[in-house]
Amino acid sequence: MRIDGEGLIVRKRKIGFSFDGHSYQGVEGDTLASALLANDIRLVGRSFKYHRPRGILTAGSEEPNALVTTGRGAGQEPNVRATTQELFEGLEARSQNNWPSLGFDLMSVNDLAAPFLGAGFYYKTFMWPKAFWERVYEPIIRRAAGLGTLSGEADSDVYEKAYAHCDLLVIGAGPAGLMAALTAARAGADVILADEDVRTGGRLNAETFEVAGIPGRVWAEEITRDLSQMDNVRIMTRTTVTGAYDQGTYGALEKLAPEIAARAGGPRECFWRIVAKHAVLAAGALERPVAFQNNDRPGIMTAGAVRTYINRWRVSPGRSVAVFGNTDDAHRTAADLLDAGVHVSALIDARHHAKCDLDVPFYVGAQVSNAEGRKSLEAISVASTSGIDKIQADCLAMSGGWNPSLHLACHMSGRPVWNTDIAAFVPVPDMVPGMGTAGACQGDFSTRACLSGGVEAAQDALDDLGRKRPKMDIPAAEDSAYDIGPLWAVPGKGRAWLDFQNDVTVKDVKQAATENFRSVEHMKRYTTQGMATDQGKNSNVAALAVLADATGQGIPETGTTTFRPPYSPVAIAAMGAGARGKGFAPERFTTSHEATIARGAPMIEAGLWFRPSFFPKPGETHWRQSCDREVAMVREAVGICDVSTLGKIDIQGPDAGVFLDFVYTNMFSTLKPGRVRYGLMLREDGHVMDDGTSARLGDHHYVMTTTTAAAGQVMRHLEFVHQCLVPQLDVRFISVTEQWAQFAVAGPKSRELLNGVLNDPVDDESWPYMSCGEIGIGDVGGRLFRISFSGEHAYEIAVPARYGESLFNLLLERAEKRDGGAYGMEALNVLRVEKGFITHSEIHGRVTAFDIGMERMISAKKDCIGKASAARPGLMDEEREQLVGLRPVGAAKELVAGAHLFDETDEAVSVNDKGYITSVAFSPTFGHFLGLGFLRNGRARIGDRVRMVDHLQESETICEVLNPVQFDPEGGRVRG
Amino acid sequence: MVDLAIISAIDGLLPLTIGTTNLTEATVGAMTSLAPYRGQTESLSSALKSAHGMAAPANNRTTGKEGARAIWFGRDMFLLVGPDPDPALAEYAALSDQSDAWCVVRLTGEHAADVLARLTPVDLRTAVFKRGHTARTELKHMMASITRIGDQNYQIMVFRGFGKTLLHDLQLAMEGVAARGGA
Repeated sequence: MRIDGEGLIVRKRKIGFSFDGHSYQGVEGDTLASALLANDIRLVGRSFKYHRPRGILTAGSEEPNALVTTGRGAGQEPNVRATTQELFEGLEARSQNNWPSLGFDLMSVNDLAAPFLGAGFYYKTFMWPKAFWERVYEPIIRRAAGLGTLSGEADSDVYEKAYAHCDLLVIGAGPAGLMAALTAARAGADVILADEDVRTGGRLNAETFEVAGIPGRVWAEEITRDLSQMDNVRIMTRTTVTGAYDQGTYGALEKLAPEIAARAGGPRECFWRIVAKHAVLAAGALERPVAFQNNDRPGIMTAGAVRTYINRWRVSPGRSVAVFGNTDDAHRTAADLLDAGVHVSALIDARHHAKCDLDVPFYVGAQVSNAEGRKSLEAISVASTSGIDKIQADCLAMSGGWNPSLHLACHMSGRPVWNTDIAAFVPVPDMVPGMGTAGACQGDFSTRACLSGGVEAAQDALDDLGRKRPKMDIPAAEDSAYDIGPLWAVPGKGRAWLDFQNDVTVKDVKQAATENFRSVEHMKRYTTQGMATDQGKNSNVAALAVLADATGQGIPETGTTTFRPPYSPVAIAAMGAGARGKGFAPERFTTSHEATIARGAPMIEAGLWFRPSFFPKPGETHWRQSCDREVAMVREAVGICDVSTLGKIDIQGPDAGVFLDFVYTNMFSTLKPGRVRYGLMLREDGHVMDDGTSARLGDHHYVMTTTTAAAGQVMRHLEFVHQCLVPQLDVRFISVTEQWAQFAVAGPKSRELLNGVLNDPVDDESWPYMSCGEIGIGDVGGRLFRISFSGEHAYEIAVPARYGESLFNLLLERAEKRDGGAYGMEALNVLRVEKGFITHSEIHGRVTAFDIGMERMISAKKDCIGKASAARPGLMDEEREQLVGLRPVGAAKELVAGAHLFDETDEAVSVNDKGYITSVAFSPTFGHFLGLGFLRNGRARIGDRVRMVDHLQESETICEVLNPVQFDPEGGRVRG
Repeated sequence: MVDLAIISAIDGLLPLTIGTTNLTEATVGAMTSLAPYRGQTESLSSALKSAHGMAAPANNRTTGKEGARAIWFGRDMFLLVGPDPDPALAEYAALSDQSDAWCVVRLTGEHAADVLARLTPVDLRTAVFKRGHTARTELKHMMASITRIGDQNYQIMVFRGFGKTLLHDLQLAMEGVAARGGA
């Protein structure tokens, strides 16, 4: 219920929302949780395993119970914590993990079966029969247990990723964080102050403390205003720092305000990578529940959460509230409730020495031992030396003390230490290099200690940053001592919850110890404690304390499990922001792309490039029809193909020729200017890396061509060779792939076509096969290379890319007049297979120059990369698989790439394997399939018959072994 | 005689304004990579100065001004942007025409750096990445050259073939920043 008084809400701004289909009203400033409590809704979910009714436990991101699904359809989001969800007009929230409804959940029969469903139940029970696990048991268990579900539709929301940089990252904007930020900001450092809440202030927003003589939250507002007016400060509220990574990099998730997310293009969340020279962790502390029988009943909350709902949102979680604790926080809670006019039915302090100066029924040295009421708390049992009292209460505020939020400090494998004084783990210095800690996260629980700790941590960082420490006054503030009487679990029968989210009880942990899962890491995995989305924030320390008790070890010896990123859940959508659809990978388009699409060509990806598969003509219904036509067109007339995607590397310098001699197997220093030569490049291990042509444009100037696929690899290789192996050579290179749009003009009519385009006609004498030079097309200067990948009289013509589309259209128009046209990758493949030219299908990384019959290209006159390795006997063995051509001669007339080769009479099993097929094509020129492949001792077997078997497609035929070069082996056609 | 038409990298798709940020395709004239030969960096710098008025820039820096600018372009590499290169430079450096190899855009406006911070890990803080500073870095999944040519004016270059992806990525980032109302 909403109570009077001033909180951090705007009462007159009403906000309508719905929960499980019913409409309610909250006010501006509310979270979904505070609005539900204001509407007296206490049952908000069902537990993971037993489907127990659950209410709101906390007021922060650690909430284990109050998980809801928001939105509908593609915008649906499961497992939203009601305690952190800002209320907005039209918010639609639904409870999870129940059927048919939250109030009447049939699966709650699990709760009755609880004696059988303890730790290790699945492991023990569903062992047999083995085949049932995947098909029967697991689906049933998955349906019964669980959280919210995904919509199954593509997420319609926008997510973002971004980078930020600063001198000091302050994590948490409570009193410690604010003072740290202020100190560093006054010293002139660039500061980022991040907090997961929608506003700064931290615990000051939830308590009634004064700082510097004014209410703490007003003080926080004033400091925040000062900070926001400084150019060197960036305040990032709604931003949870989720992970600490190497070299001062932090991950952070920003959840944008609902009104921003609702705008066109507005992101719902942004995943930040913040690079900081230093960081101060000021993440505060999390309150621990106490384990007692039925301590999970709706209405039982942490005491700090009750104060937050009272003071910040002016919402009382109950009309008659009992308070139970083991520190002075219990008294503070009772006092705040009384001030707010809420009836306090009992104050139970587990400490025997405690005193009470409040006018409430006080039970000293007592413990709450049971809770009654199924869907809502009705009464509690208080056990003391004088017996058991039953007290009516619809809300119990409980506190087992506080755990410092040191999670981020542990993200790089640092281990915290146990502090007996506060009965909690605390961080030690330098757990994360460059990150200090301040305030409650290092166990300083008084406001004054937080304020001064923030200043000190910032000053330490400033020393490291080489900046002067500014003089800082520590404002007057509450400075009470923290007096705790450790209390983890109240003894007694029945189930007492430790991990609310994964339904792990004290009994489960004890059973794990009994069954010898005594290590904390084993206990965690056996019971699933701490493995839910809250990652054990509420249960971790209590569970290991219970384990320590059960095993007889101390808590420090038992130790904690490992905290890993993320601190709180991060949607995959946020981490992968921008990578959906076209964001997945960049698209690299040639200059002829638009014109190619306009001609209806289906595109295939070649690395990041897009290239046409074929160019369908009217009436062609199958790609083979188009492909066959395009092959015949090139063989008989002229074809045009965009080859701009092949890598082009400009290589210049006095030592350019020597350098090429070193990276290629064959000689390039002897190549005459104006000539082109085919080159083969080996890796250092002697295997073939890439091939292509290099043209000598001048004495000190070459342009190297690589395959499309290996352009980047070759560039990297050249850099490596130059920087590391031959730095003495004076040679420079740069990619010019994108500078030139380059088109193959191939076929008997290629020269005739070009001579209609070029300013100066070419002939065999001036432009013989393998020549190159500059040409002019109108007033545009270009380059012409007489090279061929089709076996035909062919050229490649290059112009600066801005003219590419125009030249492509011109060439096509001229080609079509000569019964020619454009050809795509399919036809290009057929043409080169007929000619026995290799691609990366053949030079796939495991073949040598010997294997492809090019060992004589390794020049004896010089050294080159890979030469020594390639000469190793094993790489020159006649029994190696060697490149051959193949054609089907059996009943089946088809060849299959990837099929394996066997001797004709051998059984087709791996021990008899003699090789494999790398490329196949239907050759319209020969009227049958042709293949390239590798066959053991293949060159000696030309004319033999071998058996091709594709075990995957169950295809089989007999092949004749051929010379790889089938079309025009003499090469007469390329010479015109 | 044949007359070939000119089409720019992202022809007809720019300019674009979203919120307070503007994106335009820049026409910068000739672009030539200058890779000094061994021991010739200083000679190149002098030649560059006498021919085009600017020295060779230090690492991650630019020299010159709009119309004639030299941009550090990686290890032992500069990009001369604007003038056709003086042939005398070829004595000291390998010159390669890059005029058509890159898509060049300008991102301007109060929140231009915020837009870029969605795509590149470079520290763009005013005191760190000043006017005249440049970086070869990644922009989303592409490698890029980013230069701060004015207080709120960034020149971004990616390979020409990536032009449309650059536009796609920048547009999404601009929309995200605009939706925040400039925060």
